[in-house]
Order: sequence, then C-alpha cells, then structure tokens
Amino acid sequence: MKKRHTLPLIIGATLVGFIAIMALISIFWTPYSVGDMTGGRLGPLSPHHWLGTDKLGRDLLSRVMIGARIAITVGFCSVLIGAILGVVFGLVAGFAQSWVDESFSAMFDILIAFPTLLLAMLIVAARGASITSAIVAIGIGMSAIVARLTRLLVKRVLAKDFITASRASGTSWARIIFIHVLPNIWTTLIVTFALQFGFAGLTEASLSYLGLGAPPPNASWGSLLQEAQATVLTSPVAAIAPGVLLVCLVIGMNLIADGLRDVADPTLRRSR
Amino acid sequence: MNVLEVHDLSVETGDDYKVVSHVSFSVAPGERLGLIGESGSGKSMTALAVMGLLPAELKASGSLLLSNGKDALMQIVGAAEKDLNEIRGTVASIVFQEPLTALDPLMKIGRQLSEPLRRWQGLKGEELNEAIIAALTEVRINKPGRIASSYPYEISGGERQRAAIAMALACEPSLLIADEPTTALDVTVQAEVLDLLDAIVAKRGMSLLFISHDLAVVSKITDHVLVMKDGSVVESGSLRDVLRSPRHPYTRDLVASAKELDNALDIAKKGAGS
Repeated sequence: MKKRHTLPLIIGATLVGFIAIMALISIFWTPYSVGDMTGGRLGPLSPHHWLGTDKLGRDLLSRVMIGARIAITVGFCSVLIGAILGVVFGLVAGFAQSWVDESFSAMFDILIAFPTLLLAMLIVAARGASITSAIVAIGIGMSAIVARLTRLLVKRVLAKDFITASRASGTSWARIIFIHVLPNIWTTLIVTFALQFGFAGLTEASLSYLGLGAPPPNASWGSLLQEAQATVLTSPVAAIAPGVLLVCLVIGMNLIADGLRDVADPTLRRSR
Repeated sequence: MNVLEVHDLSVETGDDYKVVSHVSFSVAPGERLGLIGESGSGKSMTALAVMGLLPAELKASGSLLLSNGKDALMQIVGAAEKDLNEIRGTVASIVFQEPLTALDPLMKIGRQLSEPLRRWQGLKGEELNEAIIAALTEVRINKPGRIASSYPYEISGGERQRAAIAMALACEPSLLIADEPTTALDVTVQAEVLDLLDAIVAKRGMSLLFISHDLAVVSKITDHVLVMKDGSVVESGSLRDVLRSPRHPYTRDLVASAKELDNALDIAKKGAGS
C-alpha cells in the first residue's frame, strides 16, 4: 500500500532529477562550447556528438544541457517570485473584509485573465529580452493564481472553530498566521508550486520559441525547437530531444506534486 | 465584585437584524449560570460577545464588563484586540460544542496545549512537558503521554473534548464559558464530561457560564438559569424556581417536555419491575 503512494513521487523525482543533474553538470562542463561550430551541419548521432549537431554544426547535447539549466533556473526563480508575492497578497486579501477584499479579488482576477505572453511582451519591450525578463513575467503571472488560491484557503481556515478557540486563549493574529493558518494551507500551496514549476519551464519555452525569452546564443529548449522546426523532417533529433525533456519536466513536476500532497498531509496519511 | 456584568447587550447584523437584543445578566465569583435556549436564540453569540470574538459582520452594543483579574472591570464592547488578548484565556475562556473542529487538525494535542501554557506561564522544555501532562491528567485523560503526541483525529470524541477543556483551563481563567460542551458527545461520555466540569469548577472556585438547549443537562451543573428565545431573555432566576413555576410559555414547554421524559422513564421502570 505504502509503495503505491510513493511511486509517483519516485518517478517524478527521477525525471526531474535527471534534468536537474544535466543542468548542474552544464555549469562546470559541457561536451563542447555552446556557440562553437564543431561538426558538420545537421550531423548524425555519433560518439563525438551524442545527439548530433544542429544546422550551424553546433553540438546538440551541449545545447540541450544549457537548455536544462535555463528551464530549471526559470522554474525555480519564477515560482519563488510567484510564491512570495502570491502568499503575501493572498494572506492580506484573506484577512481583509468587504470592499478591501473585493478589490483585491478583482485585481487577482484581472491579472489572471491577462495573458502571460502579453505581459512578457510588455516586459521585454521595456527592458529587453533576457532570462530575467522571462522570470519576472512568469513570476508575476503566477503570483495572481497563488494569491487567489491563498485567499480562498485562508478564508476557509479562518472560519474554523480552532481559530476562534486559539483566539479565545489569547493568541495574537501574527502567531495564529504562523502556527495555524500557514501550516493548514501549505500542503495545498506546495502542490501548486510544484505544478507551476513545470508550467514555468513550459512557458519559458514558448517565450523563447517566440523570441521573447533568452536571446542567442543562449540555448533554451524553446529556441532549440524553433531552430529545429525548418529541418524537422531531415534531422528529427534536434526537435525530439528538447521536446522530450520538456515533457519529462512537466510530467515529473506533476507527479512530484501528486506525491507531495499524499506525504505532506497527516490526515491523509492515516487513510492509507 | 462580579466576574461578568452584562447590561443591555445587543448584537446586530449589518442589516440591523438583532441576533441578541437587550440582554442583561451578571455572574458572581463561583456562580454557575445556565443559558438555555433553542438553536438561533442568540445564546452562542452572547458567549462569543463576552470574549470579544464576534464575527466581523456582527456588531455588539451595550455594556459588557469583564473582570480584568486585577480588581477592576474591563469594557469588552469596542475594546482593542491587543487588550482583549490580555484577558482571553486568563480571565475568561471558552469550550466549544464540536471538539473535532475546535482543535487544529494538523497539530498534535500536546503542541496545541503548549501554546497557552508557554505564553502565560513562560514554561519551556521539560517543565512545559510536565505541565502538559499535568493539564491532561487534570481532565482525567488516561495515558496523557500518548494523547499529547497524537493528532486530534487519532483520539476519541470524549478525549478530544477533554483536551479542549484542558486548553481552555490552561491559563487558569476565573470564568469558563462552556458552549454546548456535551452536545456532540454520546450519552455516557456526556455524563463523564459533565462530572469533570463540575469537579474542576468546584475545585478551582471558578465561575461557569454553561450554554445548552438541554434543560436536563443544565439542571445537573448550574444553580441559576437564564432562558433565551429569539435573542431576548424571557426568564431568569434560580434553577429551582424556574423548574417549579416557569412563567414564560417557552420555559413551560421546556419543563413539560423534560417531565414527559421523566414520566416515560418512570412508567418504563415500573413496567420492568412488575
């Protein structure tokens, strides 16, 4: 029984771990320098170039590894921004009453309705295409979703008797947030963060595909897909490799999210 | 000096509906007052108002004076949260109806109990653990060590309510408000919890405000009663007078239905005897 429930977590961690290790190694070492034209154009898989080369003769494995690093960085940083902004604003809105609460909710809804791509285009227009621009855009887009969820969870917890009971024994609001509210909402939030990590990688790939993400010679998976598009019939590996890794990242984070929810909640732990 | 003095207390919703209207009563040190009424009669809102814990959409008016523990009375209506926190738990404390929701589901019993103990008595480490065990022992919990390291869902309803009572008593309040503390429990556990409350209130010389819809339960533990209907007090007096000569029709109904149950029991007993 126990094994079945930790299985998603193990598979997810393996998939994401594989990508994370690639990203880590790429900090110190890649088979070739990303920008160097070291082989023939569209070279086949070979002992020198495990994944072949692209249309400019650059080693694909090296570029995919750099892509992993970008995906993980963007995922982590944008989720961090989204989490901090979202939880803070969500807590404020959760405690707020009447019109203050309503204006916060309206603000979250507008931000959620606002397309992340458009937001990214505005930020890129203001400060140029870079990984930082992509992180900020994705982070802000996510913060609205986190804030709306946090607000809802906070309101639900605040309505519980144990909050009234805790207040009745003289606990201050600040302490109630830390000992009662946050522990009761974080299991749901952490699952959302894990899901968003995967989607952040996916969004970054879309931005790069459109030329709004990391500028060349950075090799984001999105720009690798874009470059491989023209030659996808003659050398499919160039498109398959980043595509498969992207799928692995999103599925892996989804499985981790699933597993975390089961492990983190002691009330669910018993039913197993 | 009284522990609690309520004068002309009203609780209104945003659209001017009075949940509690013009209620006055007082509780002397060591006195046990029963607050009887059907659901929706405003008895729970009265209890929350005493603690300054009304939901934000409800407004209290009138006067609610609670002893501040230092030979003076403190006005609860309109008081700042910071001042209320000074008296919550130490002067007045409350036990709720449903112990499962009144305890944080993600926190072990011992940890929840440690919050008030640490805050008010400044205990730490081994002393704190001993105080937790002592508090659980006082509410007659067997194996207090095991309960302290359990989550609320892992223990029985009776144990949960005892733990909730231990939390309410942790800072040694002079007034305990019990809001239907036995309603969610089954009958045998009900009797045990009532006995426990009775014994602790007597031992500590506390005042008790006992809220219930059940005349039989209230008559076991209090000496004065206040009958509420639709937000107003319809009858008050010593338990004996109210039981003997109820004046308000609602009280008469309550007494009559309690008598009916008694008669039914008598007949059943005689039937079994013959």
